Amino acid sequence: MLFDKPATTNPIDQLKVVGKPTARIDGPLKTTGTAPYAYEHHEVAGNQAYGFIVGAAIAKGRIAGLDLREAEAAPGVIAIITHENAGGLGKSGSNTARLLAGPEVEHYDQAVALVVAETFEEARAAAALVRVDYIRSDGRFDLATAKDGAEKPPESAFGGPSDTQFGNFGEAFAQAPVTLDAIYTTPDQSHVMMEPHASMAAWEGDQLTLWTSNQMIAWAVRDMAKTLGIGTDKIRVISPYIGGGFGSKLWIRSDAVLAAVGARIARRSVKVALTRPQSINNTTHRPATIQRIRIGATENGKITAIGHEGWSGDLPGGGPETAVNQTRLLYAGANRMTATRLAVLDLPEGNAMRAPGEAPGMMALEVAMDEMAEKLGIDPIKFRVLNDTQVDPENPARPFSQRRLITCLETGADRFGWSKRSAKPGIMRDGRWLVGMGVAAAFRNNLLGKSGARATLDRDGLITIETDMTDIGTGSYTIIAQTAAETMGVSLERVKVRLGDSRFPVSCGSGGQWGANNSTSGVYAACMKLRDVISQNLGFNSADTEFVDGKVRSGNRVVALAEAAGDAGLSAEDHIEYGNLDQQYQQSTFGAHFVEVGVDAATAEIRVRRMLAVCAAGRIINPKSARSQVIGAMTMGVGAALMEEAVVDKRFGFFVNHDLAGYEVPVHADIPHQDVIFLDETDPISSPMKAKGVGELGICGVGAAIANAVYNACGVRVREYPITLDKLIDKLPALV
Amino acid sequence: MKAFSYERAGSPAEAAAIVARTPGARFIAGGTNLLDLMKLQIETPGHLVDINGLGFENIEDTSDGGLRIGALVRNTDLAAHPRVRKDYGLLSRALLAGASGQLRNKATTGGNLLQRTRCPYFYDPNQPCNKRRPGSGCGAIGGFSRNHAIVGASDACIATHPSDMAVAMRALDATIETVRSDGSKRDISIADFYRLPGNTPEIETVLEPGELITAVTLSRPMGGQQFYHKIRDRASYAFALISVGVIIQPDGSGRVALGGVAHKPWRIETAEAQLPRGAKATASALLADATPTLENAFKLPLVERTLDAILMQAKG
Repeated sequence: MLFDKPATTNPIDQLKVVGKPTARIDGPLKTTGTAPYAYEHHEVAGNQAYGFIVGAAIAKGRIAGLDLREAEAAPGVIAIITHENAGGLGKSGSNTARLLAGPEVEHYDQAVALVVAETFEEARAAAALVRVDYIRSDGRFDLATAKDGAEKPPESAFGGPSDTQFGNFGEAFAQAPVTLDAIYTTPDQSHVMMEPHASMAAWEGDQLTLWTSNQMIAWAVRDMAKTLGIGTDKIRVISPYIGGGFGSKLWIRSDAVLAAVGARIARRSVKVALTRPQSINNTTHRPATIQRIRIGATENGKITAIGHEGWSGDLPGGGPETAVNQTRLLYAGANRMTATRLAVLDLPEGNAMRAPGEAPGMMALEVAMDEMAEKLGIDPIKFRVLNDTQVDPENPARPFSQRRLITCLETGADRFGWSKRSAKPGIMRDGRWLVGMGVAAAFRNNLLGKSGARATLDRDGLITIETDMTDIGTGSYTIIAQTAAETMGVSLERVKVRLGDSRFPVSCGSGGQWGANNSTSGVYAACMKLRDVISQNLGFNSADTEFVDGKVRSGNRVVALAEAAGDAGLSAEDHIEYGNLDQQYQQSTFGAHFVEVGVDAATAEIRVRRMLAVCAAGRIINPKSARSQVIGAMTMGVGAALMEEAVVDKRFGFFVNHDLAGYEVPVHADIPHQDVIFLDETDPISSPMKAKGVGELGICGVGAAIANAVYNACGVRVREYPITLDKLIDKLPALV
Repeated sequence: MKAFSYERAGSPAEAAAIVARTPGARFIAGGTNLLDLMKLQIETPGHLVDINGLGFENIEDTSDGGLRIGALVRNTDLAAHPRVRKDYGLLSRALLAGASGQLRNKATTGGNLLQRTRCPYFYDPNQPCNKRRPGSGCGAIGGFSRNHAIVGASDACIATHPSDMAVAMRALDATIETVRSDGSKRDISIADFYRLPGNTPEIETVLEPGELITAVTLSRPMGGQQFYHKIRDRASYAFALISVGVIIQPDGSGRVALGGVAHKPWRIETAEAQLPRGAKATASALLADATPTLENAFKLPLVERTLDAILMQAKG
C-alpha cells in the first residue's frame, strides 16, 4: 500500500477497538514470568552452554599476548573464543567499534574473549583466569579538551547537515536589542534498560538461529551476516519479548556475535548475557554534548535570530549527537543557523538513546527559551506562543501537517495552575521547600518507514498477524491486535499477534518513536489486502464489502469470517510505504511539559512534586499504552535532569559508575503523580492510522522543564546537567 | 565467583576457630554485600562459614536499662523493634534510610557494621585500588571522587564507609561484643572499632582474624531529640552523599555523628561542646582537618547546612 495522499475515512475511523485504553494483551505472560526473554529460551535448543565475556581492561591499545592455559584448564570450560580463533569477523556498518577486540583495543570493556562452559558460574569463574597483556596507548577522553579539534560530521539519514544557515544570523544577532548567549552541557548517559543484552545461538549445519533481544530484526540479520561473513538466508533471528532497549538494542552487540561464534566453535548452543557493568562500558551510550545557544529578539519578544551549535565526541568513524536539529523547526525567526561538530574520543561507542538529538538538545534549547523570556520580562509560555510557526522556518512554503504546540501549552497552563507561578524566583515556600514551577515545549519528529505484515484468516475465524515488528515493552502486541481487529471487524480476542521473527515480513522495527504508527499502518495494509482476498474469494465486490462483528457483508449477503476462510484459510501480505507527503509537510509531534519541584532550603536536595505532559501526536491508538510510554519518558527525563551521568575517568577512559548503585536512575520515591493529556487529534498526512509517534515525545523537554522549575524555586540557573545539589548549595541563601 | 566450600558452624566460638585456622575463610550472615563482591571477585573466599542460626538473633534488655542486639538481628526487625523506636529513634531512622526493604530483610546487624566501601574503583577489578589490591594505588585520588572522604583520608585511600546504621551506633556509643578464635570474648567500643585507612586501607576494623561479632549493646537511653538526615541525589535507595545523626538534649548539649565523609562513621566528642554555639561552630570543629577534593568540597557546606536545619528543627 502506497500512502501518498492524505488519508480519508477508512475502517480505522470506526474506533471500535482502536483508540480504546486497552490493557496489554501480553500482560498476563509478563506478570506470570511466562513471556520468555532472550536468555530464557531454555527448551528451544538442546545441550545449552554458557558464555561469559571478558572485557578489555584498557581503553586504547593493543593485546600483546593472551594466556588462556589457566582458564582452559578450569572446571567445565568447553572453549575460549578470542580474535585468534574467531575466524576473522567483519564489522557491520551499524557498529563503530568491532564487537570483538584484538589485537587492537578500541575502548574499555570491548570484548576480548568469550569463555564457554557447562554452567554460567563456571564460565564466569574461568573468565577471571583469562590473562591478557596489554600495551596501553594514549587516548582522548575529555570532550571539553577535544572540542577544539572537532570537525564537521558527514551528513547522515537522521542527522541532517552539519551546518544550516538562513537569513543572516550574525548580523541579526548583533543588532538584536535583547540577546542570550549561553553554553549548556549534557553528560554521557547509559540506557541501563531492565533486560541486559542477551543472546542464544544454535547452529544446524550452516544455519544459524539467534534468539536475542533486539529492536530491529532485519537489521540484526543484515549485520550478523556481514559480521560473520555468511548470507542473510543462513540466519534466523527471534526476539519476541524485549525488556527495554531505548536504542541500545537497535544494533547487534557482542552478546549476539560471540554467542554465534562460541556456538560454532563449541559445537553447542551457547547463551551469553552482558553483565550490568558491561551494559555500560561494553555497549553504546548517549554521548555527552556541549551546546551553545544564541537567541536575539525584539523588545516585544519576537525572535529575530536563533543559533544552536552542538559538540559531541565518538570513536573514529562514529557519529554525532545531533542536539541542534529541533532548533531548525521549533520556533520562528528569520535569521537562523545550526552547526554540529564531532570530536574523536576513545570512549565506548556513542549512539542512539531515546530521542537521540532532541532529548539533550531540548534540555538546552528550552532552558535558553526560559532565560530569554526572563530577560524580556515575558511569561515563558507567552514567549513561546509569540514565536510559534505553522510552517517550516527554513522553507515557509512547507507547512506542518499538524502543529498544536500553543494548545498544548495553554491547556497545560490551565490544568497545572501556571497562573500561580511567581515570575520572580525564590518566592514560593512550603515548609523547608523552596518551590518552583517550570515549563518547556516538547518536540520530536515523526519518522516514516516501510513496514510489512502478513494477515491470515483461519477456518475458526481467527486472524493471525505476523510481522518482524518488536515489542520492547511499548505495547506493540496490543496496538497491532487493535489495528487488525478494527480493520477485520472482529473483537480483540479473535486476533493473534506474532512478532519478532525474521521469518515474518519485515517491519519498521522499534526506534525513533516510529514503531507504533508505521507498524500498525503495515498491519492495516495487510488486513486491507486480506479483506480484498476474502471478498474476491466470496465473489463480493471489494469496494462495498463490510467487515463487521466477525462477518463479511455485501448487499444482502452475509458470510461469517470462519466460513469465508474455507478449510485452508486465507492469507495476505502487504506493507505500507510512503510517497513524498513528508517532504510536502513537516511532520512532527508536539507537547508541553509542566513540572513543580521543591529545593530543600538547607541541603539543596531537589525533589519533583508534580508533573504534567500535554501531547499532540495525532491519533492515539491506545491511550493506556501511550500514557505508559509518556510517563516512562517523563521519568527518564527526571533522571536526565537530576541524576543520570555516566562519569568519565579522563585518565583511564571509561565510565566509572558502571552499575546501578553508581549510575542512579529515579526510584519510585522520586516520581510524584504524573498527569498526561493527549489532545484529541488525527493527522491524515501521517498515515492511514492518522497516528504519529509518542514514545520519545515524552522525554523531549522534561529535563528543561525541571531545570526551569529549579531556577524558579531557588534562583540558581544550572546549565550543566545533571542538576545536583552540589551545583546549588554554595549559591543558596544562608539559613535564618 | 571462585568456587568455595561451605559449612555451618555449631557455635560462635567454633565459627571463629574455623575462620581463624582456614586461609581465605569468611563468615557469611545475610550475604547482601559479600555475595555481590564474590561475583565480581573482589572478595574471593575459599571457604564460607555460615553463622545463621547460632543463637544471636534476639534483642533483649540489659540489666542497666540498655539494649543488647544480636549480631544476626535483621535490619528490618531492628528498625521496627518497639524499644528501638521508643528509645533509640536515631538508630531506627538510620536503618530505614539505608538500602531497600528487600535488603533490610536480609542484612544483619553485624554484617551492616562490616560493609565494604562503595568506591567505584574498589568495584572495578581492572582499576588500581589499595583496598582491593594493596600497593596498586588509589584510582579515586585524581579520578572520580565526588562521593569520597573529606576527613581522615590518606594518600593510599579516600574511600568512605557506606553504612547508615553504623553512624547511629557511633552517636549512641554502641559496644560491639565479639568472640575470638580461642573462645574468649571481648567488648569493643565502636569508637575504637573502625580504623582510618592510613597505609593499610585493606584493614578496616580492629577485629582479629576469625573474631566474630555476636552482639551490639546500647547503653540506657539518653533521651533527647534524635535525628538522622541522609542527603542523596535521589529520594531513596542510594548511599549517602553525607548523613548527619544528631541527639539534642533540652539544654542544647548533644552528640553528632556523620556518615559519607570518612573511612568510618565520623564523630569527634570534643566538637560536640560547640553544639550550643550552632552548626557552623560544630561543623568547623568536626571537619577542621578536612582535605576535600575539588569534586567533594561541597560536602563541607552540606554538612553545616544539614546540621543547621536539624538544630533549627530541634528548637521547633
